Amino acid sequence: MPRRFVVVQMTSVRSEKRFEPKVLPLGDTALLVVLAETLEPDANALARRVALEVMARRLGWVTDVIPALVTVAVHFAARTAAEAAERRAALERLVRDVAKLPPGDNVESGTRTVEIPVCYEGPFAPDLDDVACRTGLAPTEVVRLHAASPHRVLMIGFAPGHPYLGGLDPRLAIPRRASPRVRVEPGSVAIANAQTSIYSFATPGGWNLIGRTPLALFDPTRERASLLAPGDTVTFVPIARAAFEELAAQPVSG
Amino acid sequence: MDPVSHRIANALVGNRDDAATLEIALSGPVLLFTRDALCALYGARFAASLDDTALPMARPVHVRAGTPVHIGRAEDGCFAYLAVAGGLDVPVVLGSRSTYLPGEFGGWRGRALERGSVLPLAHDVEALSAERFARASRRHRASGAGGESARTVTWFAPALTLSEHEVPVMRVLPGLHRDLFDEGSGKVFLRDVWRVAPDSNRIGFRLLGPKLALAEPTEILSQPTCRGTVQVPPDGQPIALMADHQTTGGYPKVAEVISADIPRLAQRPPGASVRFAAATLDEADAAREMLASQVEGLIERILWEFDDEGD
Repeated sequence: MPRRFVVVQMTSVRSEKRFEPKVLPLGDTALLVVLAETLEPDANALARRVALEVMARRLGWVTDVIPALVTVAVHFAARTAAEAAERRAALERLVRDVAKLPPGDNVESGTRTVEIPVCYEGPFAPDLDDVACRTGLAPTEVVRLHAASPHRVLMIGFAPGHPYLGGLDPRLAIPRRASPRVRVEPGSVAIANAQTSIYSFATPGGWNLIGRTPLALFDPTRERASLLAPGDTVTFVPIARAAFEELAAQPVSG
Repeated sequence: MDPVSHRIANALVGNRDDAATLEIALSGPVLLFTRDALCALYGARFAASLDDTALPMARPVHVRAGTPVHIGRAEDGCFAYLAVAGGLDVPVVLGSRSTYLPGEFGGWRGRALERGSVLPLAHDVEALSAERFARASRRHRASGAGGESARTVTWFAPALTLSEHEVPVMRVLPGLHRDLFDEGSGKVFLRDVWRVAPDSNRIGFRLLGPKLALAEPTEILSQPTCRGTVQVPPDGQPIALMADHQTTGGYPKVAEVISADIPRLAQRPPGASVRFAAATLDEADAAREMLASQVEGLIERILWEFDDEGD
């Protein structure tokens, strides 16, 4: 019986720092909430919280909520100028209220730990030797370090279900490839700078490919279309080629 | 790409806004209706024909089963929408009947149509079409189109999103990173004429013109983007993000095209010119409200034509 890889655990995140959000127009039908100028973990947690709180209000005129690294976009519908002004003001008040909540309260319900099987072998890891060379580590050590530490989903972006993960071992931090590939296969696990990402669809890409997961990062037919959500903790589990093929052949529930 | 034209096309066959239409870009298909169907083609002006006569655009046309509809090339604009009474019967995926080509899901099997594709129509398309055409042609007598193969009406909906000028102006709000660009780039963006590049698509329109540059190299953290965001990758060639844009991006944003001008921008085909002019948020709000009034006014007139109460 193949192992199931999605493990759900509740964890809570304590945010210690207070932020004064900037709320700016993003075009005329969205607001951009800027929580910090640099990638601070507390600002990232607050971005998720702002997004969750806005979504929790179930405002019929909010058409989309996009949490990013330290910013959040709230897209809205408004027919008249007066309606738009009212809605911008209401959203700004809501964002300021969320930012003022006591830091200790910052519990993210549903934050999960997800194990992602990765085959770090052969054709799935075309940049592994290069990464080893550039970091001065043995390829086996690159894999060990990548799978040793827990990673945190900082945001979903670029393509549906495409996660950006923090928590890469600093010894593996190297820039992107000099020239991007025209096509990166879905499931490709890639590193660049201080992050890991997993390509959810076949797209061009410039990150260093060190492995591949057989899991579908995004499947619109699943109840949870995106395998990962912002705030999830991810651990990578090295698997052999045979296990990859076996898992790739079975459907994965979300 | 042009949500206004999609809406009007649906109204022309008596559909609600959320019925699926067929989006046709630049060059159209030959369609064979296997059942009698009320359809309307609205948006970019296409050369289209039924048998050997011209297919009139922007009005309901009742096409008889077995009639091939040839939709040729766009003569003005870029995207037209073919609506059929009852809508195209494609499943709702993630709350939408749209096709998302980069992800290969939604719409018709997640892809563009190809030769031989069979598009499902509403099960009651024939009854719906006959009833709606009878109503649409009550006030103004029906006239033939393509002889025996189709009937249409004498009224039509005027274009709302095509530009009359050679170089139409798209109004923009300042982008979040406008002040990071060097002084020349900010001026050039609003002064020069830009051409829509041939490698533009539903994700974004690449704009050909002078290169834009940051005053100094700056790392931008990935952050949300919007339909209409004009972002500038390191090569200096701006990209206006369109319907299938990513939710986030890491390139500096020089401008945001106001929502009222997005449908007009979408209708600029590759090679066509545009200019950008600075607007305020108040102006953007007023323009959005004005476009909404125009669309609603046009839909009311279409509903009036469909009205079977008489006056």
